[in-house]
Amino acid sequence: MTDLWAGLCQAFWLLVTLDADLVEITLRSLRVTLTALAIACAIALPLAAFLAVRRFRLRRATIAVLNALMGLPPVVVGLVVYVFLSRAGPFGVFGLLFTPTAMIIAQVIIVVPLVASVAHQSLRELWSDYHDLLISMNATQFQRIQALLWDGRRALLTAALAGFGRAIGEVGAIMVVGGNIDHATRVLTTAIALETGKGEFAMALGLGFVLIALAIAVNLAIHWLGRTESEGRW
Amino acid sequence: MQMFPLVAQGAQVRRRGKVLVGPVDLTLGGRGTSIVIGPNGAGKTTLLKMLHGIVRMNGGSLDWACPLEEAQKRQAFVFQTPVMMRRTVIDNIAYPLRLAGMSRREARARAADWAGRVGLGEILQRQATMLSGGERQKLALARALVREPEVLFLDEPCAALDGRATREIEEILAHASDSGTRLIMSTHNMGQARRLADEVIFVLGGRIHEFSPAEAFFAGPQTPQGRAFLNGDIVE
Repeated sequence: MTDLWAGLCQAFWLLVTLDADLVEITLRSLRVTLTALAIACAIALPLAAFLAVRRFRLRRATIAVLNALMGLPPVVVGLVVYVFLSRAGPFGVFGLLFTPTAMIIAQVIIVVPLVASVAHQSLRELWSDYHDLLISMNATQFQRIQALLWDGRRALLTAALAGFGRAIGEVGAIMVVGGNIDHATRVLTTAIALETGKGEFAMALGLGFVLIALAIAVNLAIHWLGRTESEGRW
Repeated sequence: MQMFPLVAQGAQVRRRGKVLVGPVDLTLGGRGTSIVIGPNGAGKTTLLKMLHGIVRMNGGSLDWACPLEEAQKRQAFVFQTPVMMRRTVIDNIAYPLRLAGMSRREARARAADWAGRVGLGEILQRQATMLSGGERQKLALARALVREPEVLFLDEPCAALDGRATREIEEILAHASDSGTRLIMSTHNMGQARRLADEVIFVLGGRIHEFSPAEAFFAGPQTPQGRAFLNGDIVE
């Protein structure tokens, strides 16, 4: 309990004094996570709509694999990305290892299956409603996907928020590919891991509370912007 | 280019080895209102969907007088349970026009005009999923009519509507018919069938048992099943 109280005090103090290190790693956390989320959504949402609309031979297998990939162990993803980006790896020439870009790549790989699976569940139901109507209107495959993505946007927001939650709290993969380098690749989660390792529980808890507050703030902001709970909306 | 006649020859729909509709031999001309009647499960909905082309046929042929792609663009369908897109009333009505490539501004202007014609002009910005049953059906009609189709298929458009809403829907349909839209519609309501029909298609067990002018059918059906159905007897 003492540690928890000390953590709360530490978090309060860090926020009140706008601690420079805290601001830096918080902004980096947000930059890495939101960039990864944007890229992941650009891949996952059209993929989810395509899987809802299009019938093809390996569709069920693809959905099953996508669902299974939701449980990808982040450390393994980090390891694979590390191998690919390390100097001896196929993309070693780009010099991306231990950079925020490497962290974004790892997070995209982790988040895409989650966003695609959650989005697919919603879009599949929407497609069962729209199926006859859109076929009757001679909508092309592209127009059907467009309609699903637009009309299902509020459900897709939930998928994106799930992805955000997974990405902002991720530590294993980004520790491996980012290296937790001070002023370069340190983010909130890796900083918490470092402080815990040093035995600085109050600081670790303080950063943890900041992380939780950040996640809640971003969720609320997106809900507010999307007006998901407004009357007469979905 | 003329769309009609629509000629079905041996057209059939099967699912899991069971014949749902057919074989159907039918020739529809380009004028008036055809009413499809028959008991529950007779195949009315499947027949309409087959003619519209949204149910895959398993045999026979279905030919419009014009190329199929052209025919598909010139027809619309109103479902028994109207599908409300998760948009406002005006955006629902404008959607078919946007699909056809019309600019947003022009599509919304025409949609507003059609909304007014069907009595939804005051609620253009309301979310479609918040509408009542009658309003939903009016919206579905406006969305189907906004592209001014030459043929409009309607699957029991007044099912579960009260008398007032039914009358309003019938007025819209009568106006569409007067404007030259060919109506092909199923109904359970014999009063409605008598009011609207120029010709009657009596369906039973997936087959067309009678296809005759409305006056002749209601004066005296040619088949015992038709007579039994008209008398209100249970027909199987």
